[in-house]
Formats: sequence, C-alpha cells, structure tokens
Amino acid sequence: MSEALDQFRHEVRDWLAQNFPKSLAGRGIEPFGGVEGEATIPEDASLWRDRLGDKGWGTPTWPAVYGGGGLSVGEAAVLSDEMHQVGAINPIPLLAGMGVTMVGPTILEYGTEEQKKKHLPGICSGKVRWCLGLSEPNAGSDLASLQTKAEDNGDRWVINGQKIWTSGANISQWCGALVRTDSSVAKRDGISFLLLPMDQPGVETRPIKLIAGASPFCETFFNDAEAEKTDLLGKHNDGWSVVKRLLQHERASQTGARPTSNKSAQPIQALAKAYCGSEPDGTLSDKDLRSRIVDHLMHTKAHGLTIARISAEAKGNPEVSAAASILKNSATRVSQDRAELLLEVMGHQGIGWYGDAFSEDELENVRGWLSGKAISIYGGSFEIQNNIIAKNILGLPETTQKG
Amino acid sequence: MALLSEEQTLIKDQAVSWVRDESPVTQFRAMRDSGAPLGFFPDTWTAMVNMGWTGMLVPEAYGGSGLGHLTFGLVLEQLGRHLTASPLFASALVGASALMKAGNEAQKTSLLPKIADGSAVVSLALEEGTRHHPEATALLAERSDDGFTLSGEKTFVMEGMAATHFVVVARTEGAAGSLEGLSLFLVDADVDGLSRSSLSTMDSRGYANLRFERVEVREDQLLGTLHQAGGALSWILDVARAGLAMEMLGTAAHAFDMTLDYLKTRKQFGQVIGSFQALGHRASGLYTEMELTRSCVEAALQSLDAESDERESLVALAKAKASAFLHEMSNQLIQIHGGIGMTDEFDAGFYLKRARVLEIAFGNVAYHKDRYATLNGF
Repeated sequence: MSEALDQFRHEVRDWLAQNFPKSLAGRGIEPFGGVEGEATIPEDASLWRDRLGDKGWGTPTWPAVYGGGGLSVGEAAVLSDEMHQVGAINPIPLLAGMGVTMVGPTILEYGTEEQKKKHLPGICSGKVRWCLGLSEPNAGSDLASLQTKAEDNGDRWVINGQKIWTSGANISQWCGALVRTDSSVAKRDGISFLLLPMDQPGVETRPIKLIAGASPFCETFFNDAEAEKTDLLGKHNDGWSVVKRLLQHERASQTGARPTSNKSAQPIQALAKAYCGSEPDGTLSDKDLRSRIVDHLMHTKAHGLTIARISAEAKGNPEVSAAASILKNSATRVSQDRAELLLEVMGHQGIGWYGDAFSEDELENVRGWLSGKAISIYGGSFEIQNNIIAKNILGLPETTQKG
Repeated sequence: MALLSEEQTLIKDQAVSWVRDESPVTQFRAMRDSGAPLGFFPDTWTAMVNMGWTGMLVPEAYGGSGLGHLTFGLVLEQLGRHLTASPLFASALVGASALMKAGNEAQKTSLLPKIADGSAVVSLALEEGTRHHPEATALLAERSDDGFTLSGEKTFVMEGMAATHFVVVARTEGAAGSLEGLSLFLVDADVDGLSRSSLSTMDSRGYANLRFERVEVREDQLLGTLHQAGGALSWILDVARAGLAMEMLGTAAHAFDMTLDYLKTRKQFGQVIGSFQALGHRASGLYTEMELTRSCVEAALQSLDAESDERESLVALAKAKASAFLHEMSNQLIQIHGGIGMTDEFDAGFYLKRARVLEIAFGNVAYHKDRYATLNGF
C-alpha cells in the first residue's frame, strides 16, 4: 500500500465517521426503496445520499467537473473497502436506475460537453433516475429491428412507438431511448440514441406484473413525445455504435452474481443440513443433493476466481472486455443454480407464496427464484452471449444476426 | 493467464517454442510407434535437463533454481499441449517435493542435486488399489535390527521402469483406512527383493507395478517422521494434483484449439461448420468452461507458492475442474471432428486416451468433490 493511499484511507475513515448515519449500518439497499424503488425514502437515507452525492463518491471514478469523485481506481477501491467496514452501501447506482451503470459511462464517452454538464451531475447526485428504452414488443434479442420512430420537426425530435421491459420507467425522470431515424437504409444504419424527459404528456408507462408478483418493468408508450435537438447522443443514425457500447457496460455490470440479502447469504450447505438432515460424520444425508451442491460451490468459486484473474490481467483497467460475456453467462449459472438448489433444499417449505406458515427467507427465496429466471434473458440472453463469444472471442463466422 | 514476472515469461516462451519446434505431437506418435521401453525418448529428457527444467523446483542450495509451482506449471501446460512424454512431472516435481518437504539435510544433499541434473529419477510409489486412496495404504514396513523391512505391492507407479529411486508410502502403525501411522521411505530401485513389472497402458506412457518381498531399508532411509507422514504426504499429493491439473489444462487447451481450427476450416452444406449455431454455442460453452478452469488451476498453483490456508480446497477444486473439463473437451474433440477423429492417423485419440488416464490419477472428480464438500463442512 502506497503512502498516498494510506493517507487517503485515513481521510475516508474520518469522513465516514462524521457523515455516515449509523442508523443505516448493515441495512443494505432496503432503506433506499429496495430494487424496485420508492418515490420517497426516509430522512437518514436521503441525508446519506446527499452527503455522498455532494462529495461525488457515489460515482467515485467519474471526473469531478461533472459531479463525480475524481478518484483513481486504487482510491475507489479504498473507499469501497472502508464503506464495507462500517456497513455502508453506496445507494446512488440504485437510485440513479440505469444512470450509473450504463447511461452515464456512455455519455462520458459519446456525449458533447453540453450533454455531460446537463446530465451527469444529476446521476452523480442520485436524484435523477434513468431508464432505458431499448427492447420493443417485436425487437427483443433482435434489437436492431426496432420500430419506434423519431422525426425532426425543425426544432425538436418527435417520438412515436412502444418500448417494453423498460426497468423502472414509472419512477424515472429521464430515458435513454433507441429510435429509428432512417427507415430507408439497412436496419442497423438508421438508428439513433435520444435522451428525453419522462415527465411529459407524450410519455405513458404501464407496469408489467411478472411471475414473481412484482412489477420491476414497464411498457412505455411514446405518443408525440419530444426530445431536445441537443439531446441526440452520438452521431445521427449512428445509435447502433452507441448502444453496442452501452450494452458492453451492461454486461460488465452483470458479471457478478446477484447480491443476495444478508440472511439468505447463509451458506447453502448449512441450510441443506438444517432442512435435509446430516449423518453422524457431518455429511449431508442426501448424497445426490450433496454432489450437486458441491458442483454449485465449485462453480461459484471458479467464477469468483475468474473475475479476480481477469481484473488482475487488466491491471485494474476498468475498460469493458470481451470476457464480460463469459462472466455474464457464468454469473447467471451461479445465481440460478443457487436458487434452484435452495428451492429443492426447502422442500414443502419452499413453495409458499405468502402467509405465516412460511418464514421470510422461504418466501423471499420463491420470489427470488422466479425473478431470477430473467437473468438469462435480459442484458442479452444466454444465447446472445454465446453468439458474442463465438464471434468476437473465438472468431467464428456470424450465424444468426443478419442485416 | 496470471500476471507473470519477466523470468516466468522467458521460461514460458522457451517452453512454447521448444515444444512447438522440438516436441510436437508427432514426437509422441514416434515414441509410441517405436515402442520405447520407458515410455519416453531419452533425448527428450536430456533436452529438458539442459534447459534447466529438472531443477525448476529444487532450491538453489541444492543445485536447482527454486522457481516455484506456478513457474513449473507454465512448462507442464506446454508439455500437456503436445503430450510430451518424460519423467519431468514424476521426478522433478513430485519426487523433488517429497524430498524438499520430508527429507533431512543429508537426504536432500545427496539426492536433490541429482534430480536437478537428471541423473536420478525419483518417483512416488503410493497407490495399491483401483483408485486413488492414500488412507488405504497397506504396504507394511516392520522394524528390523538396523532399520525396516518392507513387504507389499504398489501399482500404477509413474515412470516406474525409469526410476532410480522410489518414495514409498508404507504403513508402520495402525490399520489401513487412516493417514495416521504412515511413513515414507526412500528406496533404491535396484535393491534386493524389489521387483517391478512394466504396465502397457492406453496412453503409451511409463508405469510399473512394484512388488516388495522383505526389502531391507536402513534407518536413514526413513523420509520424515515415523508414523506421521500424513501431513507431508498431503502436501506432496497437492503438489502433484495441482501440477497435473495444469498439464491437463494444457492438453485440453490444445484439444480446444484443434477443434476451433476445424470449425473454421471444415465445410459442409457449402459453409464452414463453425457457422452452425449448434456448434458455435458448443464452442462458446467449452471456452467459458476452459476460462473458469484456468482460474482454478492457477489459483491452486499460487496457493502452493504462498503456502496459503486455502491450498487444500483450491487444489481439490483445480483437479476436479481440470478433470471434468478435459473429459468433456476430449469427447468433443472426437465428436466435432467426426469420422477423422476416430482414425489412429489423426491425433485426437491420443488426447482422449491421455485424458482418462490423468483424470483418475491422484483422485478423480468424485474424489475431489467429496474432499471439497468435507472441507466445506458437509
């Protein structure tokens, strides 16, 4: 550890002691509205959001001039480490919706100076939530066949069409939308990327109820919705380049296994012994289950080691790499296998929907198992990631993506 | 690949070019076809000695270069790629580790320099049954007037016919079923009462069965502490497993490269077969598994170098993952090549045969899964 980083660690420690509300310690994302978000959050939570945001430390490596922390990768690691020590989380990536993980990095790369100054500070503060209008009812994995149209009416873009699977559209203030700006050329060559406000008469959102019971996604309708001329991100008709980059950021943000709540983070083997029983020598009684839990634990460890190896090889370079597709598919397996195994471990207690007959963990597991089925669909499905690996890493000829 | 030092990079590059130029798989084929009695060409061994590979693990004080397990692994990976046959793994890694871990000063001084200069081949004589099971060791070492008398049998001893010395795992106390009561003995291969018979195996490499009929050994041939070889043995076996996992990864990586090359060149229905999504996705899945396996194997080798507390669990993970991946990859090598893969003229069969032999050596997938579960408390 260098002296400068050591010095920085002390500064962080002091700052956290003075600014982090103790009432939030160890409570994770729950005070911030959980994964689905809430319109209002409690006072201690908003205080922490504001203090972290003012410091720029919710987006620690972004340039300070746009509201980021201006920290080096090493300093950001120290910050994250120290926050972990006191049980603090950084709520800003959650509160900004798709702002921190995807929209912001893409604006930093493709945005004009004006766009950076207009949009990034809001993301850094955690007060402006972003959603992404990408998929459409007839454009899922084949995203480039999207139909939502934007026309230049002289002083504004006018947008008409429908998006689907827009995460958090009903609670977001801004949207990054992929729109067709030229229908006369090959489908990937007539797409642009627009930034538009959600609070306007031409935008309507309808939450979609999913199999897990919650509604994290919306259908979003644009009826003569408007965007400023200056809010076109990247070049006109070059939105496909922008979105490819954006999706790389998305994959990179999905390479870890999904965070689990503190309680269900209890080792699966301990839960298995509690629910299924063990032998006098301490081994799990169900040998078939034992074998499959070992497979899962080994894969989980291998996944963690691979993340560590790939970041060491990149020498802390946060640049998104082609390896993200491997890690996304591997992370999917970690999460989905765990949920399936837990469901099996809990047996009859694992099938509850609500009510006192089931513990909170049991109910949470059912919902998590169901919602987790989406992991291999969103952000480029398991099959799309395999296409990317085959083409971009292995150099095999393109198969399915035509046009 | 892990981040390498300048020295490690040089050694790796040397291994890559030597294997490519001097020991491609055609050399292995020539060795097999010649029926080389020891299961390797003596010239190959001499070349390895001259490059200093036999002394890579041996400390400088004993005539080696003391470079560690990850560095040794870099060479083993390349040897695994082209199935280069030699006693390097058995002697310069496993045999040397046994002496380094359990040997006293006199034993190390007398034998380590000979391992490093290639004049001695020291092999571990452990297995007695159909599968890896150190606790089941029954070969008996009884007290005699000035040492011990060894009686029993050993099977599947690597480089058993080429070895000049054996590190013999023997029971000096207790009954078969426990690591307690085991001792290690350093035995000359030509000692009275020891007979060895060559095994002909599908991977064409050198193995032997050993028969000990009242073999007399002196007190000073005891390697390490009497009755308490368990700890040292566990280390030696982990060195072997991690090294073997790296060799297996090399074998699998080459099988993958051959397959990928075929996917890009073989045409059917007017297009290269790699353009079919079924095959593209299979290749993506294999590649993903290969990357995960590499992380485990490198971590296991690094845990040996760091003498980390996680060693046992990382080694179990590495050997299980490498075995499972090589198993699948060697099957896919044949399947994707189709009919040509079934011919002896093509090399795929060599990889398939070698895969299964290494899979069961030092513990198969089931063995290491059981170990991993036990280490994780279930």
